Amino acid sequence: MSLAIQNLHANIGDKEILKGLNLEIPKGEVHAIMGKNGSGKSTLAKIMAGHPAYEVTAGDVQLDGTTLLGIEPDVRSRMGLFLAFQYPMEIPGVTIANFLRAAQQARLVEGEELEAVAYYKDLYAKMDALKIDRAFTSRSVNEGFSGGEKKRCEILQMAMLNPSYAVLDETDSGLDIDALKIVSDGVNALRGPDRGFLVITHYQRLLDYIVPDVVHVMVDGRIVMSGDKDLALKLEAEGYDWVEKETAVAA
Amino acid sequence: MNTDTKPVKPEIGIDRSVGDFRYDVDYEYDAGIGLSEKTIEYISNVKDDPDWVRRFRLAAYRKFQDMPMPTHWASDDLENIVFDNIRYYLSQGTEAKRSWDDVPEAMKKTFERLGIPEQERKFLAGVEAQFDSEAAYSNIKAAVGEQGVIFVGSGEGLAKHPEIFRKWFGKVIPTGDNKFSALNSAVFSGGSFIYVPPGVKVTHPLQAYFRINAENFGQFERTLIIADEGSEVMYMEGCTAPKFETATLHSAVVELVAMKGAKIQYVTVQNWSANIFNLVTKRGLAHEEAEIKWIDCNIGSRLTMKYPGVIMKGRKARGEVISIALASDGQHQDTGAKMIHAADETTSNIVSKSISVGTGRSTYRGLVHVPKHLKGCKNNTECDALLINSHSRTDTYPAISVRGQGNACQHEASVSQISEEQIFYMQQRGISKAAAMSLSVNGFVNDLVQQFPMEYSVELKRLIELEMEGSVG
Repeated sequence: MSLAIQNLHANIGDKEILKGLNLEIPKGEVHAIMGKNGSGKSTLAKIMAGHPAYEVTAGDVQLDGTTLLGIEPDVRSRMGLFLAFQYPMEIPGVTIANFLRAAQQARLVEGEELEAVAYYKDLYAKMDALKIDRAFTSRSVNEGFSGGEKKRCEILQMAMLNPSYAVLDETDSGLDIDALKIVSDGVNALRGPDRGFLVITHYQRLLDYIVPDVVHVMVDGRIVMSGDKDLALKLEAEGYDWVEKETAVAA
Repeated sequence: MNTDTKPVKPEIGIDRSVGDFRYDVDYEYDAGIGLSEKTIEYISNVKDDPDWVRRFRLAAYRKFQDMPMPTHWASDDLENIVFDNIRYYLSQGTEAKRSWDDVPEAMKKTFERLGIPEQERKFLAGVEAQFDSEAAYSNIKAAVGEQGVIFVGSGEGLAKHPEIFRKWFGKVIPTGDNKFSALNSAVFSGGSFIYVPPGVKVTHPLQAYFRINAENFGQFERTLIIADEGSEVMYMEGCTAPKFETATLHSAVVELVAMKGAKIQYVTVQNWSANIFNLVTKRGLAHEEAEIKWIDCNIGSRLTMKYPGVIMKGRKARGEVISIALASDGQHQDTGAKMIHAADETTSNIVSKSISVGTGRSTYRGLVHVPKHLKGCKNNTECDALLINSHSRTDTYPAISVRGQGNACQHEASVSQISEEQIFYMQQRGISKAAAMSLSVNGFVNDLVQQFPMEYSVELKRLIELEMEGSVG
């Protein structure tokens, strides 16, 4: 059981962004991808989720052995894939409570109604854990939220939708240290044998709080190096130049 | 003979398919096709009009003939109305029944299928159900009637309460206000007449339902509501028609009169099929400290032109128009509001939200008039447009003339789109594209929908969902 990416090539317009990417995240593990700006990290996240702007030209993405390619984003979500966005969208007039309710309702078989009392109980418990004020339930999704509130709201959504694989795209960006701790605690609480995580980040700092099993380095649309959490520390201390030199030699 | 066109889902409130059916009806009275003085005479004879009404109709007919089609500012699509092809009066008699059991079978079945008797039992103080030209049913709850509230068809109001009817009829909207108010004044039939005595507060809504059943037909109801001093009333109207191949015309005139300190709320949830020309004139006259509020929801029709207005004639009178328009493929919603300030310290509020989908087109036209000699008047106007896909078009024509000192006016307008990124975000949470669209649209109008009575807001949301499902494909 894994989220597996094989030889993935993808374009936006005529520009190739992913150039033969391989990666496998077994259920129960937390993997991190680090890389410089422009290496294709966020593109990878969007392609996995099925963003319509990108074209996959070769390779495959499989969730527990089933291909995700050619499948609508909402179906991928219901199959168990979650993406915490780097820049969560504002949905004016749609409250968090109604939004998550619609998302949970979409997971029920047709004709079945979500049980409202249990839903709110669950929602409030998870909001409390993430230190989100309950008044937020009646606020429009992400509208007027601070950077930290948006990221906490992403984690809340993840907790409510209970995915089998979660991709966190630069979840640490724009967070101060207190917010980073809350968000990391929220993620760590969801770690377990039934879930795999892919944590995409620019900075090592996040990985002090969400300690990964495997760290991958992405350069120019490919994973060029993998290692344990010490690799992240080395990248933090020495930058990416040595990786590029080493892998250029190898190539 | 039963000519159901397709099965409908009975559990759904007021969606387009629920209205899309018809039963054949043998009309006892039929003015034939086309419009002439003879047509008007026929209508007057059937309705046994008093002389002043006969004269009123004929004068209006001449005005209608003299007035040009307002294509210099409105849509050219008006040219496609062929007045000679329309039937102006169809009924099975002029007397509305007080019991559903007495309503002719086909009509009764129609209204049952639209859920009207059920709504009446559940939450309404009174119901009038109009089928083509005349009300088939009209009744108010005994407790409301005992308070002296009158709620009857316009014909019955004219016959039985001439002293109130004649005093206000045609006074808020003059015959020659526009070509279609003139047409309505010539051939009007049906609509409601309501009188609420001083101090009486009608706690539940009164509802009228307008059903067009016949093809090539024009429905010209005429509604007059008078709320006497300190009284309160809420009136709701709904409307449907089956899908026809040819254009059908609905052209109503609605006049409201709120005496000192009275409150009138007029709620419209229109769900016309896509070949209806809906050209309606609605205006209220608010006396001192009175309040008139139009809550207007326009879904469906081929072309709707409707600008509910309030003339604030007395000091501290208040006018409000809350409107939602949804223009789907091939439809044009040309709507707005008119606020005429005619006394000191009068306030008006306009909130208009329009949604254009596909080739649908929304236009907002607003008129706010505050003359120079007045003091302490306020107007607030907000119009927001939401565009769904690149073919959509939206226009805003606000005409605001605020003169004098100490009068305030505020105008805000916005145009937004549902972006691909928003849809992707919602889809990533497992919500289908169509559901994401309807969620966004409902979000856009949410603050206005909450002002609708509960029963209507639920139906409205469902209706928007159905429209959006159809538009995503």
